[in-house]
Order: sequence, then structure tokens, then C-alpha cells
Amino acid sequence: MTSLSRDDVAHVARLARLALSDEELERYTDQLRAVLDHARDLEAFDLEATPPTAHPFAADPYLRDDVIVNGLDRDEVLAQAPAVEDERFCVPQIIGDAP
Amino acid sequence: MTIREGYEMVVGLEVHTELKTATKLFCGCPNVFGEAPNTNVCPVCLGLPGSLPVLNRGAVELAMAIGAALGCAIRPSSFHRKNYFYPDMPKDYQISQYDEPINVGGALELPDGSRVGIERAHLEEDTGKTTHVGASGRIHGAERSLVDYNRAGVPLVEIVSDPDITSAAQARAYAAELRSILVATGASDGRMEEGSMRVDANVSVRELGDATLGTRCEIKNLNSLRSLQRAVDHEAERQSELVASGGRVVQETRHWDEGAGKTVTMRSKEEAYDYRYFPEPDLLPLAPDDAWRDRVTAGLPALPAARRATLLGLLGDPTASQRDQVLSVVELGLDTMVTSAVSAGVEATLALARVANEVAAIEGTAIEGAERLDVAGVVTVLEMEQAGELSATQAKAVLADLAEHGGDPRELAARRGFEQLDAGSLDATIDELIVAFPDEWTRYQQGDDKLAQFFVGQVMKQTKGQADGKAVIAGLARRR
Amino acid sequence: MTSAIELAAAVRRGDTTATSLAEGALAAIAAGDGAINAFLHVDAEGALAAARRVDAAVANGEDPGPLAGVPVALKDNLCTRGVPTTAASRILEGWRPPYTATVVDRLVGAGAIPVGKTNLDEFAMGSSTENSAYGPTRNPRNHARVPGGSSGGSAAAVAAGMVAIGLGSDTGGSIRQPAALCGVVGFKPTYGMVSRYGLIAFASSLDQIGPLARTVADAAVCLEVIAGHDPRDSTSLREPAPSLLDALHDGVKGKTIGLVRELVDGSAPDVEAAVAASAVTLRDAGATVIEMSIPEMRLGLSAYYLIAPAEASSNLARYDGVRYGLRVDADDLTTMNVATRTKGFGDEVKRRIMLGTYALSAGYYDAYYGRAQRVRTLLSRAFAVAYGRADLLLGATAPTTAFELGAKTTDPMAMYLSDVFTIPSNLSGDPAMTVPFGSGADGLPVGVQLLGPARSERLVVAAAQVLEDAAPS
Repeated sequence: MTSLSRDDVAHVARLARLALSDEELERYTDQLRAVLDHARDLEAFDLEATPPTAHPFAADPYLRDDVIVNGLDRDEVLAQAPAVEDERFCVPQIIGDAP
Repeated sequence: MTIREGYEMVVGLEVHTELKTATKLFCGCPNVFGEAPNTNVCPVCLGLPGSLPVLNRGAVELAMAIGAALGCAIRPSSFHRKNYFYPDMPKDYQISQYDEPINVGGALELPDGSRVGIERAHLEEDTGKTTHVGASGRIHGAERSLVDYNRAGVPLVEIVSDPDITSAAQARAYAAELRSILVATGASDGRMEEGSMRVDANVSVRELGDATLGTRCEIKNLNSLRSLQRAVDHEAERQSELVASGGRVVQETRHWDEGAGKTVTMRSKEEAYDYRYFPEPDLLPLAPDDAWRDRVTAGLPALPAARRATLLGLLGDPTASQRDQVLSVVELGLDTMVTSAVSAGVEATLALARVANEVAAIEGTAIEGAERLDVAGVVTVLEMEQAGELSATQAKAVLADLAEHGGDPRELAARRGFEQLDAGSLDATIDELIVAFPDEWTRYQQGDDKLAQFFVGQVMKQTKGQADGKAVIAGLARRR
Repeated sequence: MTSAIELAAAVRRGDTTATSLAEGALAAIAAGDGAINAFLHVDAEGALAAARRVDAAVANGEDPGPLAGVPVALKDNLCTRGVPTTAASRILEGWRPPYTATVVDRLVGAGAIPVGKTNLDEFAMGSSTENSAYGPTRNPRNHARVPGGSSGGSAAAVAAGMVAIGLGSDTGGSIRQPAALCGVVGFKPTYGMVSRYGLIAFASSLDQIGPLARTVADAAVCLEVIAGHDPRDSTSLREPAPSLLDALHDGVKGKTIGLVRELVDGSAPDVEAAVAASAVTLRDAGATVIEMSIPEMRLGLSAYYLIAPAEASSNLARYDGVRYGLRVDADDLTTMNVATRTKGFGDEVKRRIMLGTYALSAGYYDAYYGRAQRVRTLLSRAFAVAYGRADLLLGATAPTTAFELGAKTTDPMAMYLSDVFTIPSNLSGDPAMTVPFGSGADGLPVGVQLLGPARSERLVVAAAQVLEDAAPS
């Protein structure tokens, strides 16, 4: 595992839509580095042959019948929206298309 | 607008199709188009805190049907989260399938006999719809945007072809054939213009004979088969000219501008976005058992390739024009009419011609949801025509009546006063007209065959279309 | 303080009314919560309405349910329709969900009376309830100490006698650790036994909802009510709730119990002594107690602090200011997203989101998240081997008694170490319960932990009852 850098933290902050001050960047880098250093104990094992756990217990998935179920009332949904226009959720200018 | 000489194009298509389920992929909200915004929503498809996805059995079944129809292996599969921020995605991640898709490997046989490989076809959820306010309604320059989540969570199957397509025409044919299959299986209604079927093209070029792949561009915003073909041709030309002049193709996503007739760069992106895929913890892996897979495969309707083969087989030695008729009849889903008529004893060429021309035209003007012509009725009309009880013109008229009123073709024919024009009446009519048009008759007798049509026209006028054109010509010939 | 079972029996007999119990709880909260801050929101109106319904049912001769009239507290990461649900975050300040969590519906269906929403570490991330955006909760036994976390509010409310039962959630120990620090019973069921529908997600493959109560029997009856298959949660076990009350007095005779050194090493001497005493109790009750070592447990902390933040980073992406909750306005969408999340999330949440994003990011997935999930398999297999030798496992719940407010807030790793004994069961998905067993050197409560294989709740409850019966006061 490589050591975590300030640039790494700045990068993930951007990916996660978080803004950090210089002081926070410094502090979080130290703190995250401490966690990742602790996690080096996981490196000691050869895990090639061990499959990852995605779910604690295997089971056939529960499948829903293709039948309509009552949803939410639109007024209730929009009542707590930060900004509404034309019965839709309003957001400020989107710069760039979806990635 | 075509690729530069000495170059060839390599094209792969990614097709997203909405599934025709009653409800969304992970919740019981209705899967319907065109309703008032944000009225088909619930905690799950809005991604409210605490909500959880539950998989729709119907969507899985349709996804399997698509896989089976494309000759894919239906495999155990799992779901992954594709993480990115965008307002049309309520959870700011999309539940999709990543390295374990439900359908793998397969191929599509096109009408011209060529084959395009299918890499995979997987399930994923659709996003909401964003409309942009201000400027031209497009995203660039808009002041703000409005989001409707009715479509969020609608089930999609994404079908990825191998890069086997080598021309724009073949790309179009692939998309058309795929659409026929999706419609035939009942999985989709295949409407590109409405967005229930969306096609993106990956295009690259290379010098003829070169084995390595060139850098490819992804082309989006293709709203019709025609746009697809034009865009692929344009992009191949653009890239080949660029490379030939010493430039390099930049890997990017480009937007097809129908009005300008060219592809344009979308906002330039950094290298591939980091979606941070990881297994969806809220959904268990799917492993349809043999019984289910077999049921789905056995339940598939006859697919377009097989249906075309059946009709061609009935024709024996089809002409080029008949091959075209076969293509169009199968694409319109009218081939069972032809095969039913042939089973009833109608001659294949006649059945094909009537269905390809008259029936297709009638169906084409039908209002959405209107009663289609029923097969039994059409077959009866064709039988009557073949037996000589109706002329071609009369048969066409009865078909029109049948479409409008329904009912028994024989009654409809009787109501129109279409009776068998007996030989005696026909002879009498021909004789009257010979007397009425002496100059024309003389010229015909002297060998001007074109005037036969003149007399046919006159006989038709006189008998209100009840005569059989062939019988008239035979009658004229006898008197010459 | 009366148990939930006794309260419900009294209501059904007609000796008291649900309304009177609800009023009592509301009064206790009004009188005592100022000093403790267990509750973020008290729903007096809702409580009294629910109580009236229960009383009407009793008057009609209908069965009001096994928890009739019992005041309960709900951790504020459980959605309650029309009632504020904040997850102790600013980003959901004032949000009233348009729907209710399955577990709450089931509690109400059993006659319970939800009186309010309790404090937690923001988005359940923490071990002391000091990460709440609405101030910390104080331990009722000593107001200068933490109640533990993240379900500190529910633990304190139960320990202080304001309610008989509290619901919490446990991802890395968040029911058990605060229960131990406050001196109450805390039960994390088998993963999937209780529906997560309506639980604001932290780490989806680890989260489970469970009861906190003053007695093992109360925790058992609560679990009977809330457990069982829910078609709205795909990870929910495809079976009905287990019956537990009739196992309470099964005892432990003939059972083998493994005292796991990795669940004791590193704990304070008074905690270690309590565990040793509990082993004696179990032996006296007829169990064979053997010493065991499961070294893979030592890897649990590292694996957890990669897996949980990774899943959280994805689960918390939806808080973007678009559809509900806080929005900090800006001229463009991305700036709005960033400003909203930066202002709305506290330090610990941001820390874990970034850690989790990193653990999943391109180039690092295999080394971090991928590896951690493989270690998780290793640990589950080690548990399975252990359960081939023992019916249950025994250990400490928390390494120390309740520490002082502010003692660990400057060093995240120090705080994370509070979870070292509880994390393994979350990773394996197996059930675990903490039972109060005496006091530490400072007079504060100590909890002892029982772990069982998947779906062994009956066994766990029976052993817990043995401990409760013999617990030093």
C-alpha cells in the first residue's frame, strides 16, 4: 500500500463533493494516514484464494411480483424540497453532462 | 459523406432499452410514460434515506428473454453500484451490473446474412428526466434545471455489441434488427424517438488491412435509425480524414448534431471517470435456475430471422422485390397473416403482395390501439380474390372496409355490390365499349397493345371495378 | 424501574392505562432529559394518540399486543412519518420523512408507544454520541461521562428509566457498546433478522437494528416483535421472527462456551475481571467454559474501518441538497452540492466519507476495500471453526467503563479502538448481546458479551438470562 498524500485527500474530497480548508486538509491527511497505517496488518495475508464477502449470508434473492404498489403523494414529496418549480425539483445551473 | 478511401471503420453499438414492465425495477411504482411530473414516485425510487431496492421478477424475466433471443448464455449475476453525482440520480449512484452481467455472449444475424457478436446484455435502473430552463432549453447556458423522477428506477437492459460492425448501413441494420427482436419478445416497444430505445455508437477507424484498433469516440444523441447511419458515416469520415492528415483521434464522447450534420465534442472530460464500482450490498446475487431459464427460452416467440426464412421458403425463388416485401412484412409483424393465408391455400406470391402493400398501408394509418385487421378476415379476402370472386381492386376495397368496420368479408363484399361479374356480362360490356370507341378499337386491332389498358379502364368504369383486369385483356385478345 | 413485560401485563390486566404510562414517560423526560440530552425530539402528541388507541383496544376487549402501553424510544436514524428524523446531522435538520420504518410499524402494531427520537453520533458514526450535531448525550450514571455510541441516546433513555425499551442500530457495536457503558442490555441480532427498511443507512452489509432494555426478557420480547421477514428489505432473512421468551430459562447446562482471549486482551483490569467472573457464573450453571483464541479477530478493526466507510461514502452521496434536507444556495449545481455537504456534515462523517471514497477508488480498490472483504471471509471462516468447538463465545463488550466526555475526541484512532470487541460480529453477521455484569473500579457499569452463530438468538438469550440472574449489583 502506498502512503496517503495531501493530493490524494484533496482528490477524494473533490470526488465526494466536500470542500476542505488547508488546515482541514492537513489534519484529515494525518488522521486518514493513521487509519490506513493501522490497516497495514491486513497485508500480512495471502488472500488470492479467499473470496471477498459481499453479503454475510448467501441466499436466493427475494423477487417482487411486477404489480403496482401505491407510492407517495406528490405534494408530500415536494413539500420538503429545497426548491420547486413546475412540480419538479429545481437545481441551479448544471455545468457539464453526466459523467 | 463517407470514410476516406483506404480506411475502414470499426463500430460497436450500445443500446439501452426500457423494459415493458408494469412497475419499476426496484419498487412498485408504475412504469408509464407521459404522466404528470413526480407522481409515480416512492421512497425507493426517490432514494429517500432508509429506502431499499427490491428486484422486480418481471424485469428479470424480460432481461432473460432478451438474452435468450440474442443467443446469450444466461448466467448467475450480481449488482453493483456505479457512483457519481448528478441530479437525475436520486441516490447519486446507479444500481447496475458490472463484472457479472445476466447475459453474456451471443450474436445477431442480420437480414443480409452478416453476423454481429453481442458481448453482454445487463440490467440497470434508469435515471429521472431533467429539463433545462433558460437559453435554448439545452443544458449549456441554461439558468437552472428541473428534475422529474417518474422515470427514475424504470428497468433498462443495456445491450453491448462486439466491435464487429463495419459500415454505417450495417449499424443501421443491426439497430433495426435488434429493435424487431426486442419488440417480438415483448420486452420493449423500441421507440427511438420516444427514448424507450437509445443507441450510442462507438466508432474508430484504421487503415485497410491494419489489425490493431484505432482510438474510438462514443457518439450520443442518435434519435432515429437515419441519424445513426448518418452519424456513423460522418464520424468515420471525420476520423479518417484526421488520421490521414497526420492528426490523432482524441478518445472522447461526441454529440450528434442532426441539424448541422456533424458530431461535436461534448464538454471536454478528464480521463475515464472513477465510478468506484462495488457490489451492491442491498441486493443478493441472482441465479435463475435451469427450470426458469428453460421456461423463458421455450416461451420465446419466433424471431425475425426465423420468420424471414419461413416466408422466403414459401416463395421458393423470390425476386429482389419479394425479398424486400419479406423484410418489411416481418418488420411490421404481419408475417403470420401471410403464413396463415398460405396454409389456407392462397398462393404465396399473392398473399405476400397483398399483405406487404395493402394491409401494411392500412396498418400504417391505424390509430394507436385501434383494432388491427384480423388474420382470419384477411385470409378470407385473399381466398376470395384467388378464387376469382373478387378482383384485385375489389379485394383492396373490402380490406379497407374490414379495417374500418370489421365483420364478415363476404357480407362486406355483398354490401358493396361486389358480385362475381359473370362471363356474359363481361362480354356484353366489352362489346358495348368496342362500339363506343371505334378509333381506339381499330388501333388495338392493328397491334397497339397499349390500348388494352384503355379498354380495361373503361370496363372498370362501366362495371364499377367489378371486372377482373386479366379477364378483360383476355376478352379483348379473343376479339382482335 | 418496571420492566416492559410487567408494564404491558399491567395494561392488559387493566391495572394501568397506556395513557398513564405515556404521560409518566413524558414527565420523566421533561424532568430528567435536560441534564442528559438523550432525546432530540419528543413526540407528545403522537405518544398520547397511540396510547389512546391502545386503551381503546383494551376497553373493547381486543388484544392490544405484547408491548401494550410500553413507552419506547427510537434512535433518530429510524424514519418516522411526519416526525423529525435527523440522524443527528445538520444536513437533515427538520426533515420529516413521508414514510415510517418497518420496525416502528411493528412496535406500534404490538401496542408500544413511541415517545420520541433519541440522540446518536451523526449518521451512526461514532462510539460516544459526541459526534452529534445537536450536542452530546451524558451517561445517566455519571454526567461527566459519555453514554457510548452511536446509540447513546437510546441507551441513556433506558438507563435513566425514561422508557422501558429503546431501539438502536449496530454497525460496529453501536447498540452493545453504549448498552455496556450505561449498564443496560443491548442485543444485535443476526444480520437480516430485523428489517432495515426505514433505517437511514450507514454501512449496508453491517447495519442491524436491535433493542436496548433493562432486562434480557424485555430485549427478547422486543426482538420477537420487530424481527421477521420484510419483503421491502431484500437482505431480510426469509423466515418469521424467532420465538425467544420460551427459551429464557433454558439455562446453559451441557453447553460449551468459549472465552476468547482476543475479546478480552486490551481491556482494562476491571473489565477483564468482570468477564472472568461471568465465566465462573456460566460454569456454575453447568456450562463447560474453555479458553479459545481466534487471532483473525484482531484484523476486524482494520477491515471494518475500510468496509464501513466505503459503504457509507456511497450511502451518504444522496445528501446533495437537491431533494430534501439542507441546501446551501449557489450559482451552479456542483458548488451547491459542495457547499451543502461541507456545511451539513460534521468532521467524523467527512473523515469516513473520504476514507471510504479512497478505499473504493481506482487503483486502490483491490488493496483496500477488496482486501478488507477477503479478510472478512477469513474471519467468518474462523468463527465457523470456533463454533465447531463451542456453542457460544464470551468476552468483554467494551475495553473500559464509560470514559470522560472529550477524552477521545482529538484522536479518531483512539475512539475507533472502543469497538474492537464488538466489530467481529458485525463482520460475520452473527448475533451478539451485552449483559450488565457488575461495576468497574470507578463504580460505572461493565457489560459482558455473548456471541452465537447465525440464528442462535435462543441460545444467546438463555445464556444472557443466566448471567443476568447472577449479576453482581
